[in-house]
Amino acid sequence: MNDPTPTIAPDARPRLPRGVRLVHNEAQGGWVVLAPERVFKADAIAVEIVKRCTGEATLAAIVDDLAKTFNAPRERILADVTTLLRGLADKKLLEL
Amino acid sequence: MTENGPVPLHTPLGLLAELTHRCPLGCPYCSNPLALDPRQSELDAPTWARVFGEAAALGVLHVHLSGGEPGARRDLVAITASAHAAGLYTNLITSAVGIATATLDKLADAGLDHVQISIQDSEPQSADHIAGYEGAFARKRALAADVVRLKLPLTINAVMHRANIDRIENMVDLALSLGASRVEIAHVQYYGWALKNRAMLMPSAEQVERAAKTVEELRRRHHGEIVIDAIVPDYFARLPKPCVGGWGRRSLNVTPAGKVLPCHAAESIPGLEFWSVREHSLMDIWANSPAFNAFRGTDWMKEPCRSCARRDIDFGGCRCQAFALTGDARATDPVCHLAPSHGDIVALAAVREDAPYVYRRM
Repeated sequence: MNDPTPTIAPDARPRLPRGVRLVHNEAQGGWVVLAPERVFKADAIAVEIVKRCTGEATLAAIVDDLAKTFNAPRERILADVTTLLRGLADKKLLEL
Repeated sequence: MTENGPVPLHTPLGLLAELTHRCPLGCPYCSNPLALDPRQSELDAPTWARVFGEAAALGVLHVHLSGGEPGARRDLVAITASAHAAGLYTNLITSAVGIATATLDKLADAGLDHVQISIQDSEPQSADHIAGYEGAFARKRALAADVVRLKLPLTINAVMHRANIDRIENMVDLALSLGASRVEIAHVQYYGWALKNRAMLMPSAEQVERAAKTVEELRRRHHGEIVIDAIVPDYFARLPKPCVGGWGRRSLNVTPAGKVLPCHAAESIPGLEFWSVREHSLMDIWANSPAFNAFRGTDWMKEPCRSCARRDIDFGGCRCQAFALTGDARATDPVCHLAPSHGDIVALAAVREDAPYVYRRM
């Protein structure tokens, strides 16, 4: 079942598994995540998060980078990132 | 939009590339048409490469390399490489029979993104009986292991009907043990060969009800572990499926010989004029072919669809099913409880016959 307050270890290094790709497509009107039998439109915030999921950066580093880049409170960024990444991982679109 | 305004042209998302109708298996619910394209009529690899380039330019994101059994094409690696080079997400839909380990290695190198393997049953003997091919089940296990070894995502497609619907839990367990990240519990849709075998495949209402509960329970149990997608048997539904996401809205299907169809069963509707990639570009076909424009928008609809609040949600259901069951492709899909012919489908859903399957053969 869904944990109401999902958490991800700060030293996790999230990455898109093989078969999941973030691509820009003019005809479809922007960024999309391509996955088996699925297409997700990615909004501007999701794009910034998913782009950073390279398997090299840790969750903590990603959140620090986003907080700095967008000059936003770290706790809020952490909550947004955790919700998005947990949702993707549950759909098998992200490895943690 | 006004009632008679121009129908907006949508951007397609997916292209089903039926590379061949040849297949070693004989599944009695095969979605291919009864009249199969012979080998000598098949498009060659350079033509497929052109089609993939045109598809990408049109905005298509996914290409589904299917058949028949795509492994029957000796140039499958070259075809896959050209789809990848065009920038498409490549999905191989296979029975596993005819894809050797060495071929899969080459496909992975060529940029293959995802593999879908069909499974006929969780019981090997029953699986081979349904496929009409001895040893098919063992081959599927072997190819699934190769897919996982190459770290490609794997979907198991389990086609459900009366003979195996009580084993959904075993099918999902099998998919998990094979390392799949996704499983499709896909009830037979009654087109093509399945329509011919309908009475032999039709589950009971009790089986269907139990199946729906089982899927819900399995989704809870395996949340985060495997994605379970279910396609419901629409003969038991009250609302029709929004077939192919709406006619000429989201997808195209190219037959082995090069005809472009709005859905794989569209040739069953008489009087439609299909264009071929041999004579037209895919853009031209998508925008202008008479078959694609036949049921776009809502102007073609009759009542009760025409004034229905759901007409832009389910698009009147499936045109092929409307034609197959009423003789009128513009009629409301009889699955809809508001369709004048809904009683017919309720009656057909109760017809079961224990006769041998009519296997799909060339």
